[in-house]
Amino acid sequence: MTPQDYKSDQYVRFCPGCGDHAICAALQKAMAQIGVPPHQIAVISGIGCSSRMPHYLNTYGFNTIHGRGGAVATGVKTSHPELTVWQMSGDGDCLAIGGNHFIHEIRRNVDLNICMFNNRIYGLTKGQYSPTSPKGFVSKSSPFGTVERPFIPAQLVLGAGGTFFARTLDVDMPTTVDCMVQAHAHKGASVIECLVNCVIFNNGTHEWIANREQRAEHSIILKHGEKMIFGANQDKGLAVEIDPQTFVPKMIVVPADDPRVLVHDAHQQDPTLHRLLALMGQERFTDVADANAESNLPVALGVIRSVEAETYDEAVNRQISDVRAKSKAHTFDELTQTLERWEM
Amino acid sequence: MERDNIVVRFCGDSGDGMQLTGGLFSSLSAILGNEISTLPDFPAEIRAPQGTLGGVSGFQVNVGKGVFTPGDKADVIVAMNAAALKVCALGSKFNRQGATYNEADALFKSNAVVIVDTDSFTDADLKKALYTSDNPFTELGLPESVQVVPVALTNLTKEALKDSGMDNKAVLKSRNMFALGVVCWLFDRPIDKAIHFLEGKFAKKPALIAPNVKVLTDGYNYGQNLALSINQIRLTPATEQEHGTYTSIAGNKATAWGLIAAAERAGKRLFLGSYPITPATDIMHELAARKDMNVMVVQAEDEIAGVCTAIGASFAGDLACTSTSGPGLSLKSEGIGLAVMAELPLVVIDVQRGGPSTGLPTKTEQTDLMQAIYGRNGECPLVVLAASTPANCFNFAYEACKIALENMTPVILMTDTYLANGSSLWRIPQLAELPAIKPQGVPEQLKGKYNPALRDENGVRYNAIPGMEGFQYRNIGLERDSEKGSISTNPENHQKMILARQAKVDQVADRIPEAQVWGNAESDTLLVGFGSTEGHLKATAKQLDCALLQLNYICPLQRNVGDIIRSYKRVIVCELNSGQLAAYLRSQVPNVTLLQYNQMTAQPFQVEEIVEYIKGL
Repeated sequence: MTPQDYKSDQYVRFCPGCGDHAICAALQKAMAQIGVPPHQIAVISGIGCSSRMPHYLNTYGFNTIHGRGGAVATGVKTSHPELTVWQMSGDGDCLAIGGNHFIHEIRRNVDLNICMFNNRIYGLTKGQYSPTSPKGFVSKSSPFGTVERPFIPAQLVLGAGGTFFARTLDVDMPTTVDCMVQAHAHKGASVIECLVNCVIFNNGTHEWIANREQRAEHSIILKHGEKMIFGANQDKGLAVEIDPQTFVPKMIVVPADDPRVLVHDAHQQDPTLHRLLALMGQERFTDVADANAESNLPVALGVIRSVEAETYDEAVNRQISDVRAKSKAHTFDELTQTLERWEM
Repeated sequence: MERDNIVVRFCGDSGDGMQLTGGLFSSLSAILGNEISTLPDFPAEIRAPQGTLGGVSGFQVNVGKGVFTPGDKADVIVAMNAAALKVCALGSKFNRQGATYNEADALFKSNAVVIVDTDSFTDADLKKALYTSDNPFTELGLPESVQVVPVALTNLTKEALKDSGMDNKAVLKSRNMFALGVVCWLFDRPIDKAIHFLEGKFAKKPALIAPNVKVLTDGYNYGQNLALSINQIRLTPATEQEHGTYTSIAGNKATAWGLIAAAERAGKRLFLGSYPITPATDIMHELAARKDMNVMVVQAEDEIAGVCTAIGASFAGDLACTSTSGPGLSLKSEGIGLAVMAELPLVVIDVQRGGPSTGLPTKTEQTDLMQAIYGRNGECPLVVLAASTPANCFNFAYEACKIALENMTPVILMTDTYLANGSSLWRIPQLAELPAIKPQGVPEQLKGKYNPALRDENGVRYNAIPGMEGFQYRNIGLERDSEKGSISTNPENHQKMILARQAKVDQVADRIPEAQVWGNAESDTLLVGFGSTEGHLKATAKQLDCALLQLNYICPLQRNVGDIIRSYKRVIVCELNSGQLAAYLRSQVPNVTLLQYNQMTAQPFQVEEIVEYIKGL
């Protein structure tokens, strides 16, 4: 299979320069690498720029209604677990109007690969703030700046009992493809936060890490089993420090050869460290006033958490086969025999 | 005394087991060959304070022959406590101070037999039920024609179980069986059949069989041997029923089983996405228990997810359903619109309750009709059906699935509290007798050339299912091009697609039977109703010797409905709302004069009231 096999005949209508182009190309590449044939894949989306994605893929697709992609995808996967199901969504679709479905698909651990395109803005409705826009963000619907605290998607995913969380960047194709391949390999609700640039309404929102010059200093690509090393010269490492008074753990940057440098364990069931890693550098994106915060912590990219747990679709289908194996009635005519009945 | 039919109402605290007692008596009567129609009537609160007026739960059943409804008013009342007696005697005026019995409001007739548990009329009991004197019968102003039969139910039950070793609480719970025993005697039900039936009922709790049988038998013997100074009532055997195997079934269960039968007949897996809501939840309960039938139930996070998981399952090839009541139907509107636009089969069951908003969750109404027909954004046609008896909830659930799968359309099936909780006799069908269901698929020669705009000769779009190689397509809630199936904002295309979706729904009228008039078709008066009022309107039509057109197919209407309506001099549309069916019929059958009879009390019709109204026209 090649990426070409997963391309539909539709003209891609994202704005020129939009980060979604890169995610689309990465997804086609990832699908080719994974190798599941197009007819065994269903790509489900809600509404928004990101949700146009199914049209550009030569798989089965369903571009549904705003916020409900997660619920529709749950129905597809639960009823037909043999299908590979992807969900395409954005920060508004997933975290605002579809927030309830998002937390519940994660809580149930439905085996879905969820790409959440986070551009921190409502693009298709032309520029309103989103649940991930930093506090103080000025937009058409917040001319004096928002007064709301935003979601940090990783916090929400971990809070809902998430078993897989990855973060990637539109301009980093290899990491994006890798996250998608790993999301597919992981059984359960796999969330990939794709940081994308909205060139029209929120240009440069991820500039701090997207900028090629600074990226190596400002971000770290986590890989399971490897030391947490970053920097243009690979001279920095990450360690945990526990405050002796409050016992609050925090991430710190140490020299790469420091013995305290951590080795990434994405499979650790306890989410404490995953949370610390996912929160690194997020203050820059949660409050306009902190955009230039003095922290030297990098933003974590790559697969931050990937743990095993029973999936909803497996469990519910197994329960049905277990009950069927034990029960005597399997057809309607057999079922009616179990009724209290009499002849007239 | 021999009667054609008799209305019995069991009434007590919501913890007294009235629904069980009433259900047992109904099934027993059905087994003995009587027709039955039941009406459970319970408060919205799970457990109101014991002995209070708010906690009274009732179960009414009409047994005999020519039974169309649970009956307007009871001939026999079993009142387990003082509060129940008051509620039955005063009806809707039960909490009005100083109110006394009058037949119009009361739940029983002025010559009724009223069996009361005298042990539940202590000063404390009277106080809880807000009596102001120590003589409840005088205070309620019961006429002398009401025959009060005092039975010391509590003490007699204690006596019956004194050697059982059961604790006091468990003993008190068996009071209802003593009452049932007395009623069985009163109606000359053979006690051995009742015992046999009870044994079946408690087969899974064998420890309960012996004590319940003992109390039931003692109650029966009490009626027979002791001092009950009332005449036994003998019911005329039912008119000859169609030969077959029967059971007694409640509407919600019949609905669930209709879906199960349809799935098997269609060769599909049944999927239900649902969220608990009164009075629809029993459908989900029933289906969740039917894993042996390979039924997949997702208890979703909300009503919206209920319909959307079903839409996902439908897209993936299952027979997909969602069950709800009015408020849930409101929440599902956008999702149903998606299924209309995506042209996917979907069955939506709306068990109507009193509205708007939270309204009266446990009461019955027909007020969602307009919402079902029109309640979505855009031009959004779909099929609307209405079941009209608890038993035919099975047939119309089956029909809803058949229409949805064969015509690639959502179907809303309307039932209501009255049908959902009421039960009637059901002749159990064999699967093979039911009409075949041929889900719309896609011709193999379209492989590689398929798109979701392609339609068959009836205008029904072809359906490919994920997993089929060479048929990959993208479905959408956006408008699609009428030829290529991809997104289109072209103005002419939009109009063309609106008409195509409408035509697809309209042609369903060619696939359904013509409407039939019931009663005296030669009369110059036609009653028109839909759904669950069938029994009441049949009884009304019978009394008035006029014709009745009871609609089960609402949208589209059957082809001959207009002709039928136009052929009567006087047409009266009777419904449990302010005139929604009448308004809809005026739009579909123009230039006719329709009179209306509307009731908005969240209660079933009272036949006598409609008869009086029509006589007075």
